[in-house]
Amino acid sequence: MSEHPHDPGQLLGRLLGPAEDELSCDACFEALDRYVECELAGGDADGLVPGMAAHLQGCPACREDHESLLAYVRSEEGR
Amino acid sequence: MVLLTLSPTLDADSRSWVTRLRSPDREAAARDLHGLLLRAARHEIGRRARGGWDGDLDDLARQSADDALVAILRKLDDFRGDSRFTTWAYKFALLEAGVKMRRRAWQRREVTLDPEDWGRMFDTARGPDEDAELRELLGAVRAAIATALTAHQRQVLVAIVLDGVPIDVLAERTGRTRGAVYKTLHDARRRLRAQLAADGLVIG
Repeated sequence: MSEHPHDPGQLLGRLLGPAEDELSCDACFEALDRYVECELAGGDADGLVPGMAAHLQGCPACREDHESLLAYVRSEEGR
Repeated sequence: MVLLTLSPTLDADSRSWVTRLRSPDREAAARDLHGLLLRAARHEIGRRARGGWDGDLDDLARQSADDALVAILRKLDDFRGDSRFTTWAYKFALLEAGVKMRRRAWQRREVTLDPEDWGRMFDTARGPDEDAELRELLGAVRAAIATALTAHQRQVLVAIVLDGVPIDVLAERTGRTRGAVYKTLHDARRRLRAQLAADGLVIG
């Protein structure tokens, strides 16, 4: 989803964060590698790591780290 | 003994990495691993730099690989083989590179905590999703930020959400960890949601 900082709906979403229970940043980092591999294998990553998807929605730093790892491992698999 | 804690389905390459990093040949293994980490860090920094590359960025990539290697060797006992070893290792390099690049982008920018005009984003928020209900909800959130949050929660929420300060930059400037800063943001969001519910407003 593209970011429009002045879009009221997106602003509200960033202010309130996810409604669901979510992991902490430390727990997110701990599980990030197996979550990404499960995604790349087409598995149920959100079932494997409950609370990860909500955290990635709420935490911009962890979201960027997730996107980076996903893209890099995917690129490595294609080498 | 340590290898018994690894997943029995772990691939041979991952098992080899762990074995080598625990063997008398560990220095050679660490050099090899550093090469992988450096490649990952350069990739990430190059991507974030959007094409430009110079000595400073290469220094940043080397620092990222160095810091990642230290963290990996310190946490090697935590690796259980739930993923490939390289995937586990890459996340340390990419984290270090990402944090360093975010901090670099903000190194000459001031972070103003609790600015008096934090409400301006609510006045300028306009977009295709706009409707009266949304506008009412935003007004209630604005009031809740002013009344339902502690001063510290308000500072963190405003800095991250309204001013766009990266969490890692705010953590560095305030001497805290990313996790501690995010916990404050999370608690602030919970308070806002509770206040909206108390006001009888329905939110998704």
